[in-house]
Order: sequence, then structure tokens, then C-alpha cells
Amino acid sequence: MASDEPFGYRLWRYDGAPGELIPLLQSAQDHFGYIPRRAIQHIAGVTGIPESSVYGVITFYNQFRLQPMGKHVIRTCVGTACHVSGSRMLIDAIQDELGIEVGGTTRDGLFTLFTVACLGCCSLAPVMMVNNETHGRLTPASVRRILRGIRRAEERGAAERGARPTP
Amino acid sequence: MKKIVVGMGTCGLSAGAQAVKDRLAALAETHPEAATVGITGCIGMCYREPLVEIREGDVRVIYGGVDPRRAEEIFQRHVLDGEILEEHVIWMRDANGVESGSEMDFLRHQRRIVLRNCGCIDPESIAEYEATGGYEALRKALLEMTPEEIVAEVKASGLRGRGGAGFPTGLKWSFAASQPGPVKYVVCNADEGDPGAFMDRSVLEGDPHSVLEGMIVCSRAIGAHAGYIYCRAEYPLAIRRLQIALEAARERGYLGKDILGSGHAFDVKIKQGAGAFVCGEETALFASIEGERGMPRIRPPFPAEKGLWRKPTNNNNVETYANIPWILTNGAKAYAAFGTEKSRGTKVFALAGKVVRGGLAEVPMGMPIRDLVFQVGGGIKEGRAFKAVQMGGPSGGCIPASLGDTTVDFESIPATGAIMGSGGMVVLDDATCMVEIARFFLDFTQAESCGKCTFCRIGTLRMLEILERITRGEGKPEDLDTLRTLAARIKEASLCGLGQTAPNPVLTTMRYFLDEYEAHIYDKKCPAKSCIALVDFVIDPARCTGCTLCAKQCPVGAISGKPKEVHVIDPAVCVRCGKCLSSCNFGAIYKA
Repeated sequence: MASDEPFGYRLWRYDGAPGELIPLLQSAQDHFGYIPRRAIQHIAGVTGIPESSVYGVITFYNQFRLQPMGKHVIRTCVGTACHVSGSRMLIDAIQDELGIEVGGTTRDGLFTLFTVACLGCCSLAPVMMVNNETHGRLTPASVRRILRGIRRAEERGAAERGARPTP
Repeated sequence: MKKIVVGMGTCGLSAGAQAVKDRLAALAETHPEAATVGITGCIGMCYREPLVEIREGDVRVIYGGVDPRRAEEIFQRHVLDGEILEEHVIWMRDANGVESGSEMDFLRHQRRIVLRNCGCIDPESIAEYEATGGYEALRKALLEMTPEEIVAEVKASGLRGRGGAGFPTGLKWSFAASQPGPVKYVVCNADEGDPGAFMDRSVLEGDPHSVLEGMIVCSRAIGAHAGYIYCRAEYPLAIRRLQIALEAARERGYLGKDILGSGHAFDVKIKQGAGAFVCGEETALFASIEGERGMPRIRPPFPAEKGLWRKPTNNNNVETYANIPWILTNGAKAYAAFGTEKSRGTKVFALAGKVVRGGLAEVPMGMPIRDLVFQVGGGIKEGRAFKAVQMGGPSGGCIPASLGDTTVDFESIPATGAIMGSGGMVVLDDATCMVEIARFFLDFTQAESCGKCTFCRIGTLRMLEILERITRGEGKPEDLDTLRTLAARIKEASLCGLGQTAPNPVLTTMRYFLDEYEAHIYDKKCPAKSCIALVDFVIDPARCTGCTLCAKQCPVGAISGKPKEVHVIDPAVCVRCGKCLSSCNFGAIYKA
């Protein structure tokens, strides 16, 4: 998968073939977590596409971010099946739990919340995706449990890292 | 030796299939003589995931709702002791071919052509695909048939494009075939963006080779040497399985410079979408593959003449290609025997929403909607009333229960004002507000409009604003006429399918559920008790335990009552945020 390759590698392999702008941007975003300004300049320089056009492509697609994202990206499905099964209540619960709006990132940089039109798991509605993992048949309570579980795991990890003597 | 197969589609995985598989694999390791563990895609019974199947010879037993503990029990009693756990069997076929199980009804009415291998074979194993007759159709197409004969066969089958518009596939192929070469493209549209549709995901995850084989056959028929699969990024598992399939196909010589010694060359690249619904429109999809903003182009010229990179291109969707190998292997006649006169074959529907058995069902064209909902889908959840089905996603419309005898085919569905679309069927019950559903879809299309055509860009926003107002109880009598006028203008003045169909959900709900619009506008009531601004939250004294949780949650102090006594909500103070409703542990709060 193009997006699994590190940024530099992908660019190194860029052979001037047309139509590679989106894969380049995807690899940049995978590498940095978002598309920083210097990546835009770099890609524009390598491909010969004007920076303004690169920017135009970035802002057209929902996938691309110009701001850093949280460590865990939550995508709550607001497709039809999830909508009629109460996805609004899930979003309310997540916003309340994390103290952010849709599109926002928590201050500690742990979570970013997005909505997505459909994840294609309609029979498990309502559904959300945390990073690449899909959770189904959710309730406001189970969503809070999942988020607290991730936060606890992060805190445990941080505590262990902190306890280890630094060389 | 038994074979244990775990359903590992996205639906299975999100229901917990990984833990089940890990447990079974660990058990099988300690008893290597008893069983092996494998994976498969989605069999369609998403509502009973995770699924575990035990196979021995011709005997197949599928268990539903399996967690690691039940997996252990199944391993102990079934795999080791040979005892079938009848109470958990959802489907089985015994040595005499007799089928039984609690979910028989779901499968009984189906005729699985596209889904023939989904839930049966390991999607990551090309050998298993070949064992079911996979790539035989390709062999036949390359070594025994001329390109003209392939096109004629597809034409004779009566297959029509499964992406929504229903254009005859054979005819489309003949257009691309008649164009001068040498550079032509075969494109597979796997940008399944309609909310409520997931058949393409399931096919790609469960049987990627069938799609690939269909594309290779097409490349031969039209004389193309390069192909693209444009898959949305939201389907990471589908992309991974496609990549595995591509590599295996290259290794076996089904893709490459000289396929099966026929001299025909063809290879396929996967292009990952970047999250834009409009890229499901074919000209926008080409723009996206070319690395541009995914905006539609004016047709004509049609893709068969000037498509990707302005070269002759054939573009079909996943389900269409997946039909092709079956048609070539079994003959056009066998395929045309299914369905109606003008809509041949079968169609996969994604049943979702308020239906008991949500999942994928493939039925012959021409089945009445009511049969799909009740016989296949098992009826409405919680025994509520069947109100409507929403078909065709944001481009489609709502068909009311009173038209439940409408058959699913390319003639009858459009006659209701909805469209077949890619096959998403979201079932709605009496708790669903139709004005709200219309608002929901417009919210979607408005956000996904690429902005090229003024009426689509701004018209949908104006319609959305009106609908939002109506659901807030601020609708005006003239709103209904304004909505109709805007809808007509947007349909007329939009370049692509997105704008031309965006008003459909509003128009169909106004056509069949006008009384609900009027109730919102004139009486300031939501008959389905769904629009929060138009309902009152009430506490049921019989259920309230006086736990005080709701009163603590209420941000405006609208709830009063002493601990252990029945609480009351003051509708004059209540801001209708719904926090009390979602916090109550006793189901004591309801909307009235």
C-alpha cells in the first residue's frame, strides 16, 4: 500500500508518472500525521505542480489534514443506518467525555474526533472506528468505556516510561 | 480432520472475531490432529457475527454469536467430541445435503451468484478460489473465445450495471471495444460511498479474485492493457485483501505480459480514495485517479470514448465485475433465467436500519420489497411498525410500506421516485421522522457537493436550511413550495448524478409523507416523536426509582424530585438536550 511507505521512500520512488499527487500526499500524511507546509513545498518542487494546486487538492479531500491530529483518531459513523440507530447520542457522549467538538483534538493530543459518512458495517450500527479498529453496536456508555480504556492504557504507558531510569 | 473457519470480514472483526480466532487457533495448536483453523469473508449474516463454521467432508455447521468462551465450548464438544451444539447452530448442512438451523429463512430466499464464494472460501488464498472453479472463466475467455464473443455473451446475459444506473454492461463494453487502441483502460469503481451500502466492501473482503477475474475478462473484451481499482480509504481490509489477491494473480500468471500463454497483457493498480463521495461519479473518479480534485466533467464525450487520461475506458462497479466469471462459466442463458424480463439476474442488497436480520442478501431481481424486509430480513426490530425503506442512498428515495409490493428491478423502483442505486436498503420504522431523514440526506449531499455547479452547491444548502428550520419547529407554509422549486432547479442545472439526484430524498418523502411535513409546519409536532425540539421529555412514574441521576445530568435544572421519589421534568425550563434520556438506567424517560 502506498500509504504504508515512509515519506522519503515514496518520494524517492517518484518517477515523474502522472497522477501520483494523491498517493504522495497520503504518504506525507501517514509520515507526519498531517500535511505540514514543508511537505507541500517539497511535493510541489518534486512534481512541478504549483503549490496552489497541491493545496487545492488537499482541501478537496476529507482525508487530508493541515493540522496535526491526535494520537488516536476517532471516526464516528453518521451513515443512514447509524443515524437512525442513534449515532447522534454517541457523538454527544464522545464530545462530553473528551471535551472537544467534531473536528477537534484534545489538549493532551490523545484524541481527534471526526465523523464519517459510512463505514459499511451498517448491521452493527451504531459504529465508530478508532484508528483502524471498528467498534459496533455501541451505546453512549460503551463508547465512554472504550475511550476510558484507551486513556488508561496511555496513562499506564506514560507511567511506565516515567518510572524507567533514563540513561 | 475438521476445518474450523472464522468469519473475518470487517463486520465479523468489529464484533470480536479476532479474539475468537486467536482462541481457536491456540486450541487447535494443542490438538493438531483434530482440526485446522482458517478464515473466510462475510456470509452476509452480519447480525449474528462473529460466526464460526466447522466443516468435515460435506457437513457444514455454522454457529452464530460466538465469543471466546463459546468458541472453547464448540472446540471441546463439537471438534473433539463430535457433538453438535444444536442450540447455537444458525445454519447447517448434514451429510445428506439436508439444511437446517435457526437462520434458514435468511438464506432460503437467496440465490447467490455474486456472493457465491463469500463466507465459503479464504479470501487470502488463490488456491481456494481456484478450487471453486475460479479463473476457469478467464481461461475460457482468453483461450476459447474472441473478444467479440465475450461481449456477445455478456450482452446475452442481460447484465445491467450494478452501481446504480443499470446501464447494460455488454453494450457498454461494446462501445469501449469499438474505439481505436492501443491505449485503453479498465476501471473498477470500488468507491462505495452511499451510506447504508456495504455489498462492495463485502465482496472485496470476501472474494477479491472474482472482481479481478471479471476485470481481466473485460480487458480482453475491449482490448485494454492497464486497469485501476479505485477503492475508498475507509475500507482498509478490502484494500489489503485486494493487494494480496493481485500479487497472487501475478504469480500465477493471471496478470502480466502474457496471460495464460494467450499473448494478452494486462495489469491492475489499486488507487486509494481520499474521502470524497463525488468520486463515485465516474468522471470525478477519473479526475481523482489523475491526481486532481475529484470534480465531474461534462459528458459527452463518454468514458468509452474519452475516459481516464482521455483514453477509451470501461468503468463498472465491483458487483458487476463479480458477476462476469459466473456468466462465462455457466452461460448467459443460465444467468438470464433469473430476474425479470428487463432486469436479469440477481442483486445484492445491504439490509440495515430497523430490520431484525441486518446483513447482505442476494435475491433474484423482481422480489417484492415486503418479502425482502419480512421473509429475508425477518421483519422490524422490537416488533414496531414497518414505515418505509430508503433505497439508493442520498441519490435515492423513501418507498412507503403501502408500496411494499413494488418489486426490486430497474423499472419498478424508479417509478416510485427512488432509484435502485447500489443496493443499500435502510429499513425505517414508525419511530423514524421522514422530514428528519430528508434533512439527514441533504446534509450529506450538501457537504459532499464538489461545488462546480452553482445550483448543487448553493441550492442544496438553501434546501438544507429550510429542512433544518422545519425540524426545529420554525417551518413556514411557503417552505413546501420553495423546496419543490429548488429541487426542480437543482435537478435541471447540475452536471453530474450527485446534483441531479440530491433532491430525491426530499421529493419522495414529500410525495408519500406530506402529512408529516405539515404536522411539523402547522401543528409544530413531530408525529414520529423524533425531532427533539418538537417533543417533551417525560418521566414515567411507574419506572422512575428516584435515583437522581437525571437531575444531576440536567444542565438547566429542569428536573426536580427528592431522592427515592418520582422525579418530574419541567417542559418550560427543559432545553431538550436529551442528556436525561441517555443517562437513565431504568428506561423511565420517554419522548411525548
